[in-house]
Amino acid sequence: MSGHPEALRAENIVKRFGQVTALEGVSISMRQGEILGILGDNGAGKSTLMKIITGFQPPTSGRLIIGGQEVALRSVDHARELGIECVYQDLALVGGLSIYHNLFLNREITYKGPFRLLNNEAMRQAAIERLGEIGVNIPSVDLEVERLSGGQRQAIAVARAVGGASRILLLDEPLAAMGAREAGAIIDLILRLKQRGDLAIAMIMHNYAQTLDIADRIILMQRGRITYEKESAATSVQELMDIVRREYRAMRAA
Amino acid sequence: MSTTIPTAESRLERRQLAQQALWKRVLKRPEAGALGGVILVFIFFFIMAPPFRSASAFTTVLYQSATLGIPAVAVALLMIGGEFDLSAGVAATTSSLAASMFATRVAGNMWAGVVFALLLSLSIGWLNGYLLVRTKLYSFLITLSTFLMLQGLNIAITKLVTGNVATEDISGMPGYDSAKAVFASGLNFGRGTFSIAILYWIIFAALGTWVLLRTKVGNWIFAAGGQGDSARAVGIPVNKVKIGVFMLVGFSVWFLGMHMLFQYNTVQSGAGVGNELLYIASAVVGGCLLTGGYGSAAGSALGAFMFGMTTEGVIYADWDPDWFMFFVGAMLLLGTIVNTWVRARATSG
Repeated sequence: MSGHPEALRAENIVKRFGQVTALEGVSISMRQGEILGILGDNGAGKSTLMKIITGFQPPTSGRLIIGGQEVALRSVDHARELGIECVYQDLALVGGLSIYHNLFLNREITYKGPFRLLNNEAMRQAAIERLGEIGVNIPSVDLEVERLSGGQRQAIAVARAVGGASRILLLDEPLAAMGAREAGAIIDLILRLKQRGDLAIAMIMHNYAQTLDIADRIILMQRGRITYEKESAATSVQELMDIVRREYRAMRAA
Repeated sequence: MSTTIPTAESRLERRQLAQQALWKRVLKRPEAGALGGVILVFIFFFIMAPPFRSASAFTTVLYQSATLGIPAVAVALLMIGGEFDLSAGVAATTSSLAASMFATRVAGNMWAGVVFALLLSLSIGWLNGYLLVRTKLYSFLITLSTFLMLQGLNIAITKLVTGNVATEDISGMPGYDSAKAVFASGLNFGRGTFSIAILYWIIFAALGTWVLLRTKVGNWIFAAGGQGDSARAVGIPVNKVKIGVFMLVGFSVWFLGMHMLFQYNTVQSGAGVGNELLYIASAVVGGCLLTGGYGSAAGSALGAFMFGMTTEGVIYADWDPDWFMFFVGAMLLLGTIVNTWVRARATSG
């Protein structure tokens, strides 16, 4: 896997919120055409790490290197310009807007002119094409998102994230609160995106078995640090469980 | 993987889908309930109040509706953006008072007063929005505070400056005639005349609808009000959008304030209290949800029209005008229930 070009590297990322230290020097690397699985308990710092990579929050210290260049992300918009896209756990869609308006939220296709009028027809067509390309079947792109199932919404959120020139895709619990069939469809979608080869994907996950199936490499976060990192092929659910069990017993004994 | 080339079959399918859904699409519009309400209220007073049927009565109704409808359009956009403004009623009076007193006591020209009032109203809107995004309190509390403060300031400053609870007549001031022509003239139409406010109301409602449905900013207002965090996550400047819609309300109450000032030439400093609720009621009957992210600017115009008809209808029917508020309340309740019902029916299946 190390043969793939590096898309993103985070070095020694520290994040403090007042007295609380959420990240205590975390370093990760993401490579093109590779899926990185991030495991860890609640409060381990997974979401904080993701928010820093998406430009939602700045780190207290540490370096981000994107496509070989060191960058200080100013905003979510800035990160998106650099090809970093994120699908949040709460799905980040707006229920009252149609599918195609959601797909182009803050990336609206507009007519030329002083008023920047929405070109709804172009957005509809592009939405149909984009969903078709990644194999997402939706009856109509005119439907409001609030009328879709959890799995369909997740697919729309992923479709939005991989549209345009995205190179780095972050997924926060992409299979949360999903039935087996829906989860299967999303896994298929993620694997198809991996096949594109130019996309570096990181997923925050809870389910060890699913993670080992999908991810190429796994990191385990505990209390703001990375405590374990391995290729999926070289580890097992058993090994991961043992580490977590040891940790949990140590915490109880203390 | 599915293909992206639409076959003749799939194209036909799509057209059928669209045709089938036409009546549902009409019912699904947020303003559908208000349209029904307008028709019902119109028929009701048409039967109950014979003078209501004349053309002159109709222009009076439209005028009454316009004075509610001009701020209601902005309030609808604000509510779609997820916020409230309880200060809008007295803020209109603040604007009139400021224009009048600044022109008569400081500048000596009406237009200077008009511009001063505009800056003041936009600042009040900005302040409401700024306090909202900084304190993260509910807009209900923030604008309740500014409402009470403005109510106090209106009376206190007017007394301080004029020694009276009302401002003095401005009709002799330089710039009065041209400003009156802009804000409060009567237009001839056929054999009758109607207030220019009606025209502005219709223009603002059309403009508001167009901005909401056809521009990027409109999309952002829906997103900011519907799921603020989701909107922020894709980089939409949610705080700016919110401050912007509060300033839009400021603009609309300034406009109404200028109309009122040049219509009546003097301003009662205690006026305007309670109107904010009528603006909100118009927006809600017109399809806006209290939770944000859903609603219509055209709907607020229909809502204002409903309340305008009721105000005048009660008078034409020769009922005690004290009944007006009862009708407003009853219609609000009925309108909201019908809206919820229609929305549930139209979106299910």
